[in-house]
Amino acid sequence: MIKARITVTLKNGVLDPQGKAIEHALSGMGFGGVGAVRQGKVFDVELAESDKAKAEADLKAMCDKLLANTVIENYAVEIA
Amino acid sequence: MKSAVVLLPGLNRDRDMIAALTKISGKPPVTVWQTDTEIPDVDLIAIPGGFSFGDYLRCGAIAARMPVMRAVAEKAAKGVAVIGVCNGFQILVEAGLLPGALMRNTSLKFVCRQIKLEVTNANTMFTRRYQPGQIIRSPVAHHDGNYFADAETLARLEGEGQVVFRYAEGTNPNGSINDIAGIINEQGNVLGLMPHPENLIEAAHGGSDGRALFEGALGIAA
Repeated sequence: MIKARITVTLKNGVLDPQGKAIEHALSGMGFGGVGAVRQGKVFDVELAESDKAKAEADLKAMCDKLLANTVIENYAVEIA
Repeated sequence: MKSAVVLLPGLNRDRDMIAALTKISGKPPVTVWQTDTEIPDVDLIAIPGGFSFGDYLRCGAIAARMPVMRAVAEKAAKGVAVIGVCNGFQILVEAGLLPGALMRNTSLKFVCRQIKLEVTNANTMFTRRYQPGQIIRSPVAHHDGNYFADAETLARLEGEGQVVFRYAEGTNPNGSINDIAGIINEQGNVLGLMPHPENLIEAAHGGSDGRALFEGALGIAA
């Protein structure tokens, strides 16, 4: 079994209103020096597969086909 | 004139769409369920608004991967008219039948009010009963209607007249790029828009500005 972590983040240049709101909230709470905050998603996926290369290819296909919207998002696959 | 309405769990404006199509076309639309792999021969397929699959992952993302959407794509490729309203627009975008993406409103608030739309392209099967530049009223009700496309896609949409509706007179409720409210595909038979024209089709709604859209798409005389 392979355990993987997929991180999905907004591409540069895509406006992130939620990240902006979090950024303002942090500053409002008194955390000094907060720069830009960008919000993303994390998926922990368990895969019944022993071949790491095959697992990585499958996970990337999952990202392209469902987990990320590649019009606005980037993704990174990390296998534990 | 025959129509079909796509049903998915979590949609909640399906009855409005069915009522509008029944009143305008004179007969009730057929309904197709998410697992259906075939859609009967119809002139118009409508994907209504709501919160399919609870808006999990991204609005419309899971609905777009259901078998019925493959059937919609096949019909669209054959030139059948397809309209997606609100969540239906998000589903069409996620399914790749329309370009771009719909993101969280810049206000971060759910907007539910009446806005004004400019008909920026009256030369489509959906807008042929309107005048170019005509301003019509329409309700909106959404949390994720902020249209985004990369610069290249945006230039193509604007250049080819694929921006069909724009929020008019400072009524952009969601921060959409270029005030885009509705776009059409290159072939001109798939329209997606965030506003709800089906909720303004008769006097009881307080106006019928949206009626001409369905009359145009169904080829019904006004």
